Amino acid sequence: MFSGTMPDAWIVGTMVAVVGGAIGFFVVLRGAAFAAHAIPSGSFAGAAGATLVGVSTLLGLGLFAVLGAFGIAGLSHRGRRDVGTALALVLLLGLGALFVSLSAEPASSIFALLFGEVLAVGRGELLPTAALTAVCLAALATLWRPLLLASALPEAVVGARAVTLDLAFLLLVALATTMTVPVVGTTLIFSVLVAPAATARSLAGTPGRALSLSVITALAIVWSATALAYLTEWPIGFFVGSLGAAAFLAARLGTSPARAGGSRRGSRSSAAQS
Amino acid sequence: MSLGGDVGLRVQDVTVELGGRRVLDEVRFELPAGTLTGLIGSNGAGKTTLMRVILGQLSPTRGAVLLPDVAGHRAVGYVPQKFLLDPDMPVRGRDLVALGLDGHRLGFPLPNRERRRRVAEILRAVGAEAVADERVGRLSGGEQQRILIAHALVSRPRLLLLDEPLANLDLRSAREVVDLLARVAREQRVAVLISAHEMNALLPAMDRVIYLADGRAACGTAEEVVRPDVLSRLYGHRVEVIRVGGRVLVIAGDSDDAEPSHPHHHDGAF
Repeated sequence: MFSGTMPDAWIVGTMVAVVGGAIGFFVVLRGAAFAAHAIPSGSFAGAAGATLVGVSTLLGLGLFAVLGAFGIAGLSHRGRRDVGTALALVLLLGLGALFVSLSAEPASSIFALLFGEVLAVGRGELLPTAALTAVCLAALATLWRPLLLASALPEAVVGARAVTLDLAFLLLVALATTMTVPVVGTTLIFSVLVAPAATARSLAGTPGRALSLSVITALAIVWSATALAYLTEWPIGFFVGSLGAAAFLAARLGTSPARAGGSRRGSRSSAAQS
Repeated sequence: MSLGGDVGLRVQDVTVELGGRRVLDEVRFELPAGTLTGLIGSNGAGKTTLMRVILGQLSPTRGAVLLPDVAGHRAVGYVPQKFLLDPDMPVRGRDLVALGLDGHRLGFPLPNRERRRRVAEILRAVGAEAVADERVGRLSGGEQQRILIAHALVSRPRLLLLDEPLANLDLRSAREVVDLLARVAREQRVAVLISAHEMNALLPAMDRVIYLADGRAACGTAEEVVRPDVLSRLYGHRVEVIRVGGRVLVIAGDSDDAEPSHPHHHDGAF
């Protein structure tokens, strides 16, 4: 499984895991799992539209992911976030339904968009994916401190700055979506954008450690899923999905007794005295 | 224009009109560095509006707010009344305080000894070093407030604003926070302004009081301001001030223009 087109699949899978694990840190910190579901799902319409008019799928994905990000930011401005997100999602999904019905594309390629096809990743997708990875990681490193503050203590960042940072975050999710969808598919993006970060934060208590552990968990999930998909010829989406959920559950179960433990008492009482 | 020397804030004849209603009416006062001032008034007296004007979130209709001109860091530290820290968030108190220092800067932070030293110093000053390495969302309300005070103070502001910091604390915790803030004001040479609808918890520690009623303000020491004649003028009808065992009660007096449905016993001890 390390020969032929397989090395490309490993490289692309690795890049997707690194970006997904890193951006996922903020997705979970901001409680934005719904947006991280809506943007990829909405971008499916872009891919369907791109197939219809005969341009690159990646271009369609990217365009609609960015539209989704602006849509969510715009529709939930001064309103409820979940309602705005849902509205943006149904608008894009409606378009997707139209494009799919107009298109003569066989059902199998739609299936690939929904559930991913890492094993079919071609040489041509290597370069754009690498470029998107570089942009995502650079943007994340640049925005690290303002985004961390705005996510951890939203009350401290108000006004135009909060709106700008929120949009920047949604655009980061859109970028990550564009490169991740072809690999794991729109419906299973949760497995790289939410599960590793949620697993990591149960185990690591500082931002730096949680970010690193999130990336490591995402790598472990994507690599294992790629190997299992190759060996069993089952869809990779099945493996990333179930491995992601399993990692999260294991971390939750593994840390829950410590939560109720008495180790906190000592420091709490000493603080009260000071 | 900006302030120099020993003044943390100057509010110059600030008037705010919102939707045709005068919310603040020519409010003027000055906060010296190193002092603790209570901003006292009942709901709707204009406390929040005044805070927003000082923070620059709202422009006054007339008048101006002058802040010290401090190169390189923010002149105003702010602790909001309501904040919600997710208990599962992988962020320690120490991380949050460090973000108070450079959370507005772009780029990934490199390990920096000076930054670490300053964060440790301010955590010690607010008595939160023992809990600084816990997840901040799992601390008690009082501990979280100390962390937020450290977050607001770490960049060495000249003015520290706290919006109703005592609202959700029991009497003992409230006293602890007030004592802490009085000490911080002196040690850090910062002007501290605390809004509250109840002044008794602040009385032993506050140097000055700004009493707001219907958008008008009276300023000075508690002895100068919390007096029947001053408050009656402020409210526009007769008000009595009763002192019982170190506590103060402000109540509407028997007067023709004092409406019975409009009592002024803000001070909790009724």
